[in-house]
Amino acid sequence: IKSTKKHCFGKLRLQKWYTATAERDKKKMVRELMQIVLARKPKMCSFLEWRDLKIVYKRYASLYFCCAIEEQDNELITLEVIHRFVELLDKYFGSVCELDIIFNFEKAYFILDEFLMGGEIQDTSKKSVLKAIEQADLLQEEDESPRSVLEEMGLA
Amino acid sequence: MPAPIRLRELIRTIRTARTQAEEREMIQKECAAIRSSFREEDNTYRCRNVAKLLYMHMLGYPAHFGQLECLKLIASQKFTDKRIGYLGAMLLLDERQDVHLLMTNCIKNDLNHSTQYVQGLALCTLGCMGSSEMCRDLAGEVEKLLKTSNSYLRKKAALCAVHVIRKVPELMEMFLPATKNLLSEKNHGVLHTSVVLLTEMCERSPDMLAHFRKNEKLVPQLVRILKNLIMSGYSPEHDVSGISDPFLQVRILRLLRILGRSDDDSSEAMNDILAQVATNTETSKNVGNAILYETVLTIMDIKSESGLRVLAINILGRFLLNNDKNIRYVALTSLLKTVQTDHNAVQRHRSTIVDCLKDLDVSIKRRAMELSFALVNGNNIRGMMKELLYFLDSCDPEFKADCASGVFLAAEKYAPSKRWHIDTIMRVLTTAGSYVRDDSVPNLIQLITNSVEMHAYTVQRLYKALLDDISQQPLVQVASWCIGEYGDLLVSGQCEEEEPIQVTEDEVLDVLEGLLVSNLSTPVTRGYSLTAIMKLSTRFTSVNRIKKVVSIYGSSIDVELQQRAVEYNALFKKYDHMRPALLERMPIMEKSASNGPTEIVQTNGETEPSVEPKHPPPVTQPANQANDLLDLLGGNDVVPVIQTTMPTKPASAGGELLDLLGDLSLSGGPAPAPAPSVPTSQPPFLLDGLSSQPLFNDIAAAAIPPMTAYNKNGLKIDFTFERANPNPNIAVITIHASNSTEADMTDFVFQAAVPKTFQLQLLSPSSNVVPALNQGTVTQVIRVLNPQKQQLRMRIKLTYTLKGSPVQDLAEVNNFPPQSWQ
Repeated sequence: IKSTKKHCFGKLRLQKWYTATAERDKKKMVRELMQIVLARKPKMCSFLEWRDLKIVYKRYASLYFCCAIEEQDNELITLEVIHRFVELLDKYFGSVCELDIIFNFEKAYFILDEFLMGGEIQDTSKKSVLKAIEQADLLQEEDESPRSVLEEMGLA
Repeated sequence: MPAPIRLRELIRTIRTARTQAEEREMIQKECAAIRSSFREEDNTYRCRNVAKLLYMHMLGYPAHFGQLECLKLIASQKFTDKRIGYLGAMLLLDERQDVHLLMTNCIKNDLNHSTQYVQGLALCTLGCMGSSEMCRDLAGEVEKLLKTSNSYLRKKAALCAVHVIRKVPELMEMFLPATKNLLSEKNHGVLHTSVVLLTEMCERSPDMLAHFRKNEKLVPQLVRILKNLIMSGYSPEHDVSGISDPFLQVRILRLLRILGRSDDDSSEAMNDILAQVATNTETSKNVGNAILYETVLTIMDIKSESGLRVLAINILGRFLLNNDKNIRYVALTSLLKTVQTDHNAVQRHRSTIVDCLKDLDVSIKRRAMELSFALVNGNNIRGMMKELLYFLDSCDPEFKADCASGVFLAAEKYAPSKRWHIDTIMRVLTTAGSYVRDDSVPNLIQLITNSVEMHAYTVQRLYKALLDDISQQPLVQVASWCIGEYGDLLVSGQCEEEEPIQVTEDEVLDVLEGLLVSNLSTPVTRGYSLTAIMKLSTRFTSVNRIKKVVSIYGSSIDVELQQRAVEYNALFKKYDHMRPALLERMPIMEKSASNGPTEIVQTNGETEPSVEPKHPPPVTQPANQANDLLDLLGGNDVVPVIQTTMPTKPASAGGELLDLLGDLSLSGGPAPAPAPSVPTSQPPFLLDGLSSQPLFNDIAAAAIPPMTAYNKNGLKIDFTFERANPNPNIAVITIHASNSTEADMTDFVFQAAVPKTFQLQLLSPSSNVVPALNQGTVTQVIRVLNPQKQQLRMRIKLTYTLKGSPVQDLAEVNNFPPQSWQ
């Protein structure tokens, strides 16, 4: 996978690039892709060709999830990859909706980075990915708590 | 200074903005606050500020001033800081900025951190955006982690290694030892990422590939893992719709593909498992089909036995009938790839494919169209064409040009009869006339010219089509040209194929004049119709009317028309005796290979051939080569013609018979002779198109005896002759070079020069190596134009390498048989 994006009616919610691309090129490509994908009608298939890549996209409620893959990649399994990511978000946020992703975008990124690296799946077990995120979140909380403990003891 | 606002609060605030301007204002305000906060170097809020910056960056606002702050966060001890810091680095930094190198040390430390989640962050960042320098510096750390027993880290290290290899391929070797027991892991994460790593290595390096095939016995290992996945019971952790770890299955299948490619043993070893997966996988959901798809791709790419291949194509055939359009799309794409190699198997699914032409999805339609054209053959042409023409009628404009071209090509190859061919062309012109490519007009004209018995029928149909509709330019152009040529047949009512229509000369001229004045006609079309009118002056009796028309256009604003009209006027006035000869019927044109642009060799001078020119490509031979030959030929009497510029003005009337040979080159070595296609809307002009593979009809002319031109030091060069048909001034010589020495002659280059009154063209040689001991010959074609019928002389230069040393020789060839130039 070269890049994954999530967007809603023209607003980008999340984007991940796995190849080094200049900022303005990224912007241009995102604009182009959004136009193309948003123009697709419901009856059309989930794949389209764009430049020398294949775009796999799927719509979930108000969000479009797009992946750009290479010529030799399997489009059908990419659909499953997208679906797995959505499932992870859903499990994490509990019936995820777009607002969750807007207000917790950094968490969405953390989940994505635990699931994919360099465009490839790190772990095919949903349980494993979610557990890792959980543990990392705990670590983050531990960062916060020592302060309050000290404060409690009046030593802060 | 008050504490900077929290991330969520900022998001909420920004979302209340009702206009773009309002949003921009909020963002600018917040950015200013963040900037001052950064200046204060406050550790407490840095994380929060960077997070906000990342949000604003996602909205499209610049955030580069946060880059260094990300680095500071990464260096912090707090996990929260690191998490946001690394995220920021991945979003804001990239390898183009030197700043990113500052990360290297932090990442190195974090790769050795005591907490695996910190190590994970470092691996992830390196694996997603590490530059080549970073990868070089840190590859050792990654390699260490690849050997750890901690599966959480091991899987990440594997993917990080993939990235390192992509960035710095030379480092691949260093990861080899660590891959030894990767596949004996139980953990699916490690298995999956290991397969990805092995795939990357095998794809990049043939040596690695060979190593893994032979030494590591990778194929049996993978087969075993795949088998376990399929046979094992339900595993909730990896199950997707009843299939066990489809992601891993697909990756294994892909690696098997690479291992089995071009390798019989490997392919055989995986035969059974592929058959098993192909037959046992559940197909009700997308997951199963994804696996089947990958299996099919693998089967088609390795050296599988034919039974397996047929199985694969049948799977694709079933895909075509699936309700899911994604599956149909994927099937069509795969079939398109295999149609060349497994043509018959794909033919069986032809009717399903043709049905896909009616699909609603654009991508599916396009693939179905391409595949349909690939499947057309002599047996199914009538049926297929019916479907394709129907498709042409109803498809979107974006398809029409390609479809029309495809129809023309298929018709040309497989037309069951001339009449069918012409009818098909008519159908395309009338339904999709405005979309056909520019080069189809000359191609069609050539086709029509060559179907002598159909001339009356063709011109009649075209005339009727014109009466209906003059908006489609290609149709109008072809029709005008035909009427100009065959107008006499039209008015004499001679048609055999269908009921002849009654047309008077005046009616025909009305139509042609109508084209001249119509708004719908392009300048090119007007040119065609004026010329057509002119031609009719030798075929019709109402010459006065034609004279009048021609003289009116002598003052046309359109320069092209004006020029033509003036020249035609001149024909009437000063050169009337030449008019019949100049305007007589076009001869049958020489046909070239069907896929290339049509070559046309004009013999009689036609004032206005309305055929597209072919531009022979400019010679890319360096100038010094030509100079060599100049030296060769000792100067004055020979002119090596490197490249003449094309005559760009249209042929002038008035007695000038045009130069037949436009662009000839004196070329040594492989002549640049690919036939380019040039669709232009320039006014057509006369040019001798010389194709790279001249097709010559068997010459009725007396055979010219062959001769030996050169025979020295084991190299013998024979010349054989043919006459170019239909131009008797062109001698076509084929050289045959043979080598009787014990060693091959490599880098063989044949060059030739002729005296000034001749012109020469050298086409590509069959090869640069003359095999030893007369085991084969190198052939090359020379075309010599000899308009003055002088005695043919030639000087040749031969260069080649024999047993490592270069050899060069010059020779004069004077023993041409008289028939070759008389």
